[in-house]
Amino acid sequence: MLKINGESLDLAGKSLAEYLAGTDYDPKRIAVERNGEIVPKALYAETLLADGDSIEIVSFVGGG
Amino acid sequence: MQLALEARHGKALQQRFSQAVVAVCGLGGLGSNIAIALARAGLGKLILIDFDRVDITNLHRQQYKASQIGLYKTEALAENLKEISPYIQLECHSERITEENLEELLRGAEIICEAFDDAEAKAMLTNAVLERLPDAYLVAASGMAGLGSGNAIRSRRITKRFYLCGDGHSQVEEGSGLFAPRVMLCGAQQALLVLRLLAGLEEA
Repeated sequence: MLKINGESLDLAGKSLAEYLAGTDYDPKRIAVERNGEIVPKALYAETLLADGDSIEIVSFVGGG
Repeated sequence: MQLALEARHGKALQQRFSQAVVAVCGLGGLGSNIAIALARAGLGKLILIDFDRVDITNLHRQQYKASQIGLYKTEALAENLKEISPYIQLECHSERITEENLEELLRGAEIICEAFDDAEAKAMLTNAVLERLPDAYLVAASGMAGLGSGNAIRSRRITKRFYLCGDGHSQVEEGSGLFAPRVMLCGAQQALLVLRLLAGLEEA
């Protein structure tokens, strides 16, 4: 199991890009942190999710 | 002026503030308020970046005056900041920040405030700074529209170098605009985080 935004999910082995494709996140509006480090945008496809990972997806909204 | 600030902040802290270089990216409701708060605290140098000019539709939440309509926001804000803190160093760039020019524009900044309006621009700057400027801190904002409780505007640490302020979800949409006090609260959270980082009060 791993955690994304605090929710426990069984996604080990899937890539970050595959996970995101099945969600409503707009890839142009997000930043992804994995175990305390930012995941470079170019590496979403090759970043494999692993048991024990703690991931936070920040989805920006407009206004400032 | 320096002595007055030292008397209030303590000499060591004020010296740290007066040596700091902080960039403010976007000089709208967030950025204009952040810059004013940091200038009042006696920061040494601000890098101010915005491609836009002051418009009548900005006055309800941004720190400009009717007499400044038509000026570049960088110029107008520089005028206002110099009246608050005459000795502050300002580096102004009246251009759009892109993935191409970002490293050059932000050179020397130890803390970078993301204060854009557009969600995609916010994400672009966040990813680029965290991927390409490994020594800088980023203080970003998301979610401050509408008239929801000000208590929902909070700040949190996402990574060691990435802090985020706002309620996380209130976006600008039809019927839900931006109101000065709520945007100011978010900008104030960002400015306070900058001072806390400089003071060494945030978790390393």
